[in-house]
Amino acid sequence: MSRKTMIEAIRDAMDIMMERDDNVVVFGEDVGFFGGVFRCTQGLQAKYGKTRCFDAPISEAGIVGAAIGMAAYGLRPCVEIQFADYVYPAYDQIVSEAARLRYRSNGDFTCPVVMRMPVGGGIFGGQTHSQSPEALFTHVSGLKVVVPSNPHDAKGLLIAAIEDPDPVIFLEPKRLYNGPFDGHYDRPVTPWSKHELGEVPDGHYTVPLGKAIKRREGSQLTILAYGTMVYVAQAAAEEQSIDAEIIDLRTLLPLDLETIIESVSKTGRCVVVHEATLTSGFGAELAALVQEHCFYKLEAPVARVTGWDTPYPHAQEWDYFPGPVRLGRALVETLEG
Amino acid sequence: MSDNGSPGEFGPLSLHVPEPAVRPGGSPDFSNVEIDEAGAIRRPEVDANPEDIRDLAFSIIRVLNRDGEAVGPWAGLLTDAQLIEGLRHMMLLRTFDARMQIAQRQGKTSFYMQHLGEEAVSCAFRKALSPGDMNFPTYRQAGLLIADDYPMVEMMCQIYSNERDPLKGRQLPIMYSSKEHGFFSISGNLATQYIQAVGWAMASAIKQDNKIAAAWIGDGSTAESDFHASLVFASTYKAPVVLNIVNNQWAISTFQGIARGGSGTFAARGLGFGIPALRVDGNDYLAVYAVAKWATERARRNLGPTLIEYVTYRAGAHSTSDDPSAYRPKTESDAWPLGDPVIRLKNHLIGRGVWTDDRHKQTEAEILDTVVAAQKEAESFGTLHAGGKPSARDMFEGVYEEMPPHLRRQRQQAGV
Repeated sequence: MSRKTMIEAIRDAMDIMMERDDNVVVFGEDVGFFGGVFRCTQGLQAKYGKTRCFDAPISEAGIVGAAIGMAAYGLRPCVEIQFADYVYPAYDQIVSEAARLRYRSNGDFTCPVVMRMPVGGGIFGGQTHSQSPEALFTHVSGLKVVVPSNPHDAKGLLIAAIEDPDPVIFLEPKRLYNGPFDGHYDRPVTPWSKHELGEVPDGHYTVPLGKAIKRREGSQLTILAYGTMVYVAQAAAEEQSIDAEIIDLRTLLPLDLETIIESVSKTGRCVVVHEATLTSGFGAELAALVQEHCFYKLEAPVARVTGWDTPYPHAQEWDYFPGPVRLGRALVETLEG
Repeated sequence: MSDNGSPGEFGPLSLHVPEPAVRPGGSPDFSNVEIDEAGAIRRPEVDANPEDIRDLAFSIIRVLNRDGEAVGPWAGLLTDAQLIEGLRHMMLLRTFDARMQIAQRQGKTSFYMQHLGEEAVSCAFRKALSPGDMNFPTYRQAGLLIADDYPMVEMMCQIYSNERDPLKGRQLPIMYSSKEHGFFSISGNLATQYIQAVGWAMASAIKQDNKIAAAWIGDGSTAESDFHASLVFASTYKAPVVLNIVNNQWAISTFQGIARGGSGTFAARGLGFGIPALRVDGNDYLAVYAVAKWATERARRNLGPTLIEYVTYRAGAHSTSDDPSAYRPKTESDAWPLGDPVIRLKNHLIGRGVWTDDRHKQTEAEILDTVVAAQKEAESFGTLHAGGKPSARDMFEGVYEEMPPHLRRQRQQAGV
């Protein structure tokens, strides 16, 4: 057991899986010698050699396409897309190929590929280093979509993803790499070494895909969140003195609907929060599911607090980011509604 | 003061949009297709430096001459028995196509794609591979299955999406999959398989295996970015892969000049990547086999990828949904200067004294009987709109290894 950053936890997961299984290979842009622009793969090439961890050409379609071919051969590639904002050239390979290979070949070929990519803003990355494209993947049958919110889960979920027999999109909220972030950008940064979820067990363990977790028990309303927004939710509830139940979804596809229904049925109120744009975002799916399954328990409309429907701006980052003030307002309105 | 001159100095710009030499109503014209004499192109050693054989991307390697003789340095690799087997495979594929084309017209399936004129490419290439090697085919390489003795009944059951369809009715007709026969699941999206083949080959090298991959693409879809990604990856990692381009002149209605642009040939695309590139007569069974053998040996010796352009002609329609008379002269296929692969191999075998017209006719009849029998058997398991078919329940299976709760709920909702 030791305190780790999310970067170290992710690296640890890959290290353990490369150690345990010769078929696990890791590659991507700047991933080999240098160890990745966020250093998630640092040391892996030195430890496992150039044929297990290597640099790829700047071609996301190439990276994912090659990984699919490797998986068809029998490897378990865990590839890095440098930023989720760069994944679009690989979208066809992900949607038409990785996601459907098992189905279309009736299991003749399968695709156990993990595609890791940093998501979200909060680092002044502008419109090409800040996006949260999770809904573009949750709309695709055949994929699994995972968003960890802390080092403990990141390691356990990534090990589960690498062991999973199907393709997994593994979205890493980059603002959480070095510490939890509650949206108060003007306050000092808390490192993971000072947070209990920075406590990462040694060795192999998994956090199962498809299972949400309650971060806070509460009675007045339910906040559905994932990634960075888990901490924004905690801050907003505390600041508004609202006894909120906060659910960290962890896996968006397949979704732990049971935990959601159980919570909203109890509280009768639900606020959905994500950093991605509003229209057709994953919050729409969550809101629809909540009304389908909890309609007669609801005391107020389901609220959505999200990024605005604009590209992610640079200078206006904190006007765009759905921080604790905006979320706090929605919590109060939902309680009064 | 700038010395760039005035922007209007050279007159207005204009956009160049290439056009094929002839359109419907015109006389077919292939005078622009430069064809080398059979036997004229040298055969380099398989470990030749790619820099020293750049010219082979611009010529056409041919073995069978106009008199049906096998000549030159690429000849002499196949025995009489192997050649007769090759002829049978091509005839079988052609007959299979003809029957399935009719079955589609009879409403027994929704769609079909035939190989007319291109049979030599996949049938001969298959014979250059070894067990365990993997093809990543397009929709026009069923010869890879036929020449590997994949059961025809299974192919037909897939085409009919019936109760014995190995793919459970999930795929468009002819999008076969057979790991056992080294035939990767056909996507239907273009070019995606090309980079997957490179990845598969890289995996074989990572595992220090001895298997190789073969990638397949048509002239039109070389324009996709996946093609270029494939060449970069294959070149960078020296992947044990044969990169095949079947240039059949037409991408549905679009002539090959639209994808090729200013490049002399499709094979020449490999040169900028340092990948040796060969151009071959795709209607010459012996030449296709010889070139495939050269490239597969190169891959197996860990010398890296080879790009091969097969110059051929799509004599039939693109698919059962296409009518080529709308965009090219009806007689164009008759004018194709590289002839018909079946007739050419037949004449060669007759010239060798191991085949006769009578035997050919007899073989044709036997093959038709075999295909008709297979068709009868396949149809006993149903056709698209009649008889046995995959269950609606199957629709929900196999999306994931384990069915997640939301699909379970939806299956319940569907009442199946």
